[in-house]
Amino acid sequence: MASLNLLLSVSLVYVALLFLVAFAAERAALRGRVGWLRSPMVYTLSLSIYCTAWTFYGAVGYAARSGLEYLTIYVGPSLAMIGWLWAVRKMVRIGRSQKITSVADLISSRYGKSTRLAVFVTIMAVVGTTPYIALQLQSVTLSFAAFAAMDPKATLPGGSSTALWVAAGLAFFTVLFGTRNLDANERHHGVVMAIAVEAVVKLCALVAVGVFVVWGLGGGLSETLARIDASPIGRWEMVNGRWAGLIFLSAAAFLCLPRMFQVLVVENEDERHLQTATWAFPAYLMVMSLFVVPIAVMGLDLLPEGSNPDLFVLTLPLHDGRTGLAMLSFIGGFSSATSMVIVASIALSTMVSNHIVMPIWLRVTGGGAVVSGDVRHVVMLARRVSIVGVVLLGYIYYRVSGGGEALAAIGLISFSGVAQFLPALAGGIFWRGATRNGAMTGLIVGSALWTWCLFLPGFGDGVVIPVHVLESGPFGLVWLRPEALFGIEGIDPLVHGALWSLFFNTVCFVTVSLMGFPTPVERLQGAQFVNVYQYSESPGRGTAGPVQTEDLLMMSQRILGPAQAQALFLREAQAQGLAGYLPDPTPGFLQALERELAGSVGAATAHAMVGQLTGGAVVSVEDLMAVADETAQIMEYSSQLEAKSQELSRTARQLRAANDKLTQLSLQKDAFLSQISHELRTPMTSIRAFSEILRDADGLSSAQRLKYSSIIHDEAVRLTRLLDDLLDLSVLENGQINLNLTEGRLSSLIDHAISATGGAADRLRIRRNRVAESLLLTTDRDRLGQVFINLIANAAKYCDAERPELAIHVRQRGGTLIVDFIDNGTGIETDQQAVIFEKFARIGEQKAGGAGLGLAICREIMQRLGGTIGYLPGQGGAAFRVTLPLARAMAAQ
Amino acid sequence: MSKNVLVIEDEPNIIEAIGFILSRDGWRVATHSNGEDAVEAVRSRMPDLVILDVMLPGRSGYDILRDLRGAEATAGLPVLMLTARGQNRDREMAEAAGASRFMTKPFSNSEVLAAVNQLIGA
Repeated sequence: MASLNLLLSVSLVYVALLFLVAFAAERAALRGRVGWLRSPMVYTLSLSIYCTAWTFYGAVGYAARSGLEYLTIYVGPSLAMIGWLWAVRKMVRIGRSQKITSVADLISSRYGKSTRLAVFVTIMAVVGTTPYIALQLQSVTLSFAAFAAMDPKATLPGGSSTALWVAAGLAFFTVLFGTRNLDANERHHGVVMAIAVEAVVKLCALVAVGVFVVWGLGGGLSETLARIDASPIGRWEMVNGRWAGLIFLSAAAFLCLPRMFQVLVVENEDERHLQTATWAFPAYLMVMSLFVVPIAVMGLDLLPEGSNPDLFVLTLPLHDGRTGLAMLSFIGGFSSATSMVIVASIALSTMVSNHIVMPIWLRVTGGGAVVSGDVRHVVMLARRVSIVGVVLLGYIYYRVSGGGEALAAIGLISFSGVAQFLPALAGGIFWRGATRNGAMTGLIVGSALWTWCLFLPGFGDGVVIPVHVLESGPFGLVWLRPEALFGIEGIDPLVHGALWSLFFNTVCFVTVSLMGFPTPVERLQGAQFVNVYQYSESPGRGTAGPVQTEDLLMMSQRILGPAQAQALFLREAQAQGLAGYLPDPTPGFLQALERELAGSVGAATAHAMVGQLTGGAVVSVEDLMAVADETAQIMEYSSQLEAKSQELSRTARQLRAANDKLTQLSLQKDAFLSQISHELRTPMTSIRAFSEILRDADGLSSAQRLKYSSIIHDEAVRLTRLLDDLLDLSVLENGQINLNLTEGRLSSLIDHAISATGGAADRLRIRRNRVAESLLLTTDRDRLGQVFINLIANAAKYCDAERPELAIHVRQRGGTLIVDFIDNGTGIETDQQAVIFEKFARIGEQKAGGAGLGLAICREIMQRLGGTIGYLPGQGGAAFRVTLPLARAMAAQ
Repeated sequence: MSKNVLVIEDEPNIIEAIGFILSRDGWRVATHSNGEDAVEAVRSRMPDLVILDVMLPGRSGYDILRDLRGAEATAGLPVLMLTARGQNRDREMAEAAGASRFMTKPFSNSEVLAAVNQLIGA
C-alpha cells in the first residue's frame, strides 16, 4: 500500500534535488560556464510552465467532462508559437534590447514609461494570477489527500495545512533562487534549470501513466481505441464559437501571462532559441495531450462513480495498486504546480516591486537614485517580500474560496483576464500611433467588463453578484446582465465575457489612440518598439570585429585625446598579447573603456557610445535622457566654471591693482629714502667741507672764519630741523601721537602762530577778521597752531608779490569750521597742486631752506584732528583751506 | 699754468666750499647753478674739468653728462660727479652716463683735490 511517509520522503528528496539543480546551475552561471544552460532545449522546456497542474491533472478532468475541447488549450499556444512566431520574435527582441523585466514593464515602457499603466497591468496580473496559484496549491493538496485516503495508517493533516507547507516551501525556494542577484536582464539560471528538469519529470510522469493506462489497464492500443470510440468523450463535437474563442484565448494568454512572458522573453538567452522552440514546444504539448483521452476514458470506466476526474492521473495507478507509478504521477503533478508558482511569483514580484513598491519607497524616502547602494538593498527586500506576498495571496485565496469546482473554473477566466493586455501589447509593438491614453482606456474598459462578466460571476452564482442581478441586471437594467450584455443571450458565458471585454478593450484602445497624439517620449519609444529590428541589427551576442575596435579607437581619440586613447588601446592590446593598437573587444576591455570615457563624458553617454559602436546594445530613450541630463550637468558645470573664471579674473584684477599699489609704495619708499639721504647729506657736505677748511687752511681772515663757522652752524640747525620734521612725520604717520585737547579762542591761536613764525611774517601784511575769529574751540591747539605756522611761513617764504599780503578768512559752514589762507602771489601751478602735500615735494628753488616736509606734516596733523587741509585753486594767489569739524571745535558764540 | 674748473652745483654753501678749496690749490673756479643751460655753459667756457652735481634744478646731472659725452668737443672732458644719494644704483647710472669719477657727499676736501688733480693728469 502507498505509504504517506514514503511519499513525503520522495517529495522531499525530489525538492532537495531541485535545490541542487538550481544551485549547480547558479554556480555554473557564476563561473561563466553557461554553454549548456543556454541550450535551446532548456529554453523550450522552460516554456512548459504553460502546463500547470491544471493541465497535468485538469486536462483529464476537462476531457472527462467536455470531451475533446481540452485540446483547444494546447492548440492555442501551438498556433501562437508557429503562426505568431514573428510577433513572438519581435517581443523577444524588444524585451532584450529594452531590457524589459515584465509584461507590465513592456507596456509601460512602450507608452512613455507610464507608471500608472504599469501599476494597472501589475494589479491585473496579480488579480489574474492569484486564483491560479490557489489552483496549484489545491491540486497538490488534493493529490496528497488522494494518497492519504489509500493509507489507512496515516492520519491526514488538514488540507489547508498541506497547502500552507507547500506555499511556504515554494516561497522559500523562490526567494532563494529568484532573488539571488539583481541582474539587469533578470535572468535566473537556477530557476530556469530547475523548471526545465520539472518539465521533463512531468512529461515522463504523464507519459508513464498514459502507457500504463493504454497497455497495462486497457490491454493494448486497439482495445483502448475501441473503448474511446464507445465513450461519449471521443465524439468530435465541435462547438465552433466556443472552440475558436478558447483557442484564441489560450493563444493570447500564452503571450500575456506574466509567467509565460517571464520565460518566453525575460529569461530568453538567445533569440535563435525561438527557432527550436517553434517546433519543440508544440511537440511537447502534443505529447502532454496524447494520453489525456485514454486516461479519461479509462478513469470513467474503471473508477467508481463520483470519483474526481481531475485526479484520474493519480487515482488510476493507485486504484491498480501501482504505488511507484502513482508516486511518479504525484511528482509530475507536484512539478507542474511548483514550477508554475515559482515562475509566476518571480514574474509578479518583479512587477510589484518595480512598479508599486519601489516608486512608493522612493517617493516616501525622497531619496531619488542618489543612494544607489541602499536602493539595491531595498529592491532585493521588495522582491522577497513581494514573492512571499504573492504566494501568501494565493494561499489566502485558496482558503477563502474553499477549493472545489469554483476554483477549477477560474483557469479560463484568468486567461481572459490577462488577455486584456493583448491589444495594448500588440498595438504597442506593431502600431506607432498607439498612445498611452488609448492603452489605458482600453485596459480599464476591458478589465471592468471582464470583472463584471467573468471574474465576479466566477466565484459562483450568488457569491459576489446576487442571483437576481445575474438574471435581471443591476438596478433592473436588463442589458447589463453579466452573462448577456446588451440583451444578447445564448452565448457561452466565457466566450461572451471574453468577446465583449476584448472587443471594447480593442475599440477603446484604437479610438482613443486615433483621437490623441503620442507624447515625445511615447513617440521615441514607439519607434524603438515598432522598428526594433532597425535599431538592433545583430540577433545574437556577436562579438565586435577589429573594424569596430578601430571605430572605438577613433571615438576614444576624439574624447580622450590621441595620446591617452592610443596608450589605453596599446596597453590593452599588449595585455591580450596582440601587436598594434587594436585589442579584441572583450567585455573586460569594453568595460574598462567605458569607465575611462565615463570620466570625460559621463557614464550614460559613454555607455551609449560604446554600445552603439559594438552593436551590443541599442540607445534607449533612457540612455538619451541620461545623456541629456549629463549634458545639462556639464553645461551647468561649465557655467559654474565660467563664473569661477570671472571671479578669478576679478581677483586677478584686484591682485594686480594691489600689486601696482605695492610697487608704487615700494617706489615711493625708495624715493623717500633717496630723498632723506639727499636732504641729510647736503647740509653735512657743507659742514664737513667747511670744518675741514677751518681745521686745515692757514691764513684765514677772521671774516672768513666767522662766515664759515656761521655756515656750519646754519647747516647744523637745518639738519636738526630736518630730523625733527622727520621724527614728527613718522610719529604722525604711525598714529602714535596723543592729542592734547584744550579749549581756546581761534584768534589767540592765530596770534600765536603769527608771532611764532618770527621775523619771517614781518614782510607779510596779514589781513584778519577778529570778529569771525573769536570763537572757542576745543582741539589740540599746539598741533593746529603748527599747521597755521607752516602755512603762514610758507606764504612768507614763497609769496612773490611785490607787496606780499596774506588774508586769513574764518567761516562756519554746517558743522564745519573753515579757515582759508590766501596770499596775493602767483600761486601754485595746477599740475603741482596735487603734489605739494607729498613728502619732499618742494617746488622751485630750495633757498627757502625747508626740507619739503611741512605740508606733508600739516596733512597728517589735520587728519589726526579729524579735519582736512587742501589747496584752494582760483583765488588769485596761493590759497590753502583748513577745515575742522565743529563738534570738536565747539562754537562759543 | 692755471687750471680751469667749472663747478655745476645748486647748493650755495657747497659751491663756496669747493670754490675755496680749489682756488687755494691754484684752480680758476667758475660756477654754474642751473641744470637747464649747463651744457651751453660748459661749451662756452671749455674748462679743463667739470664738477657736476646730480640733483640740479631744471635738469638731471646724468642728462647733462650724456649730452656732454655725445658732443665731439666734450666727449673726452674729465667730469667728476657728486651726488648726495649714496645708493649703488646712482653710482651705476653715473658710470653708464660716462662719469670720469664719482664721489658721494659729504666728501673730504683732500679727496676732492686728489681726484681733480688726478683727472687732469697733473
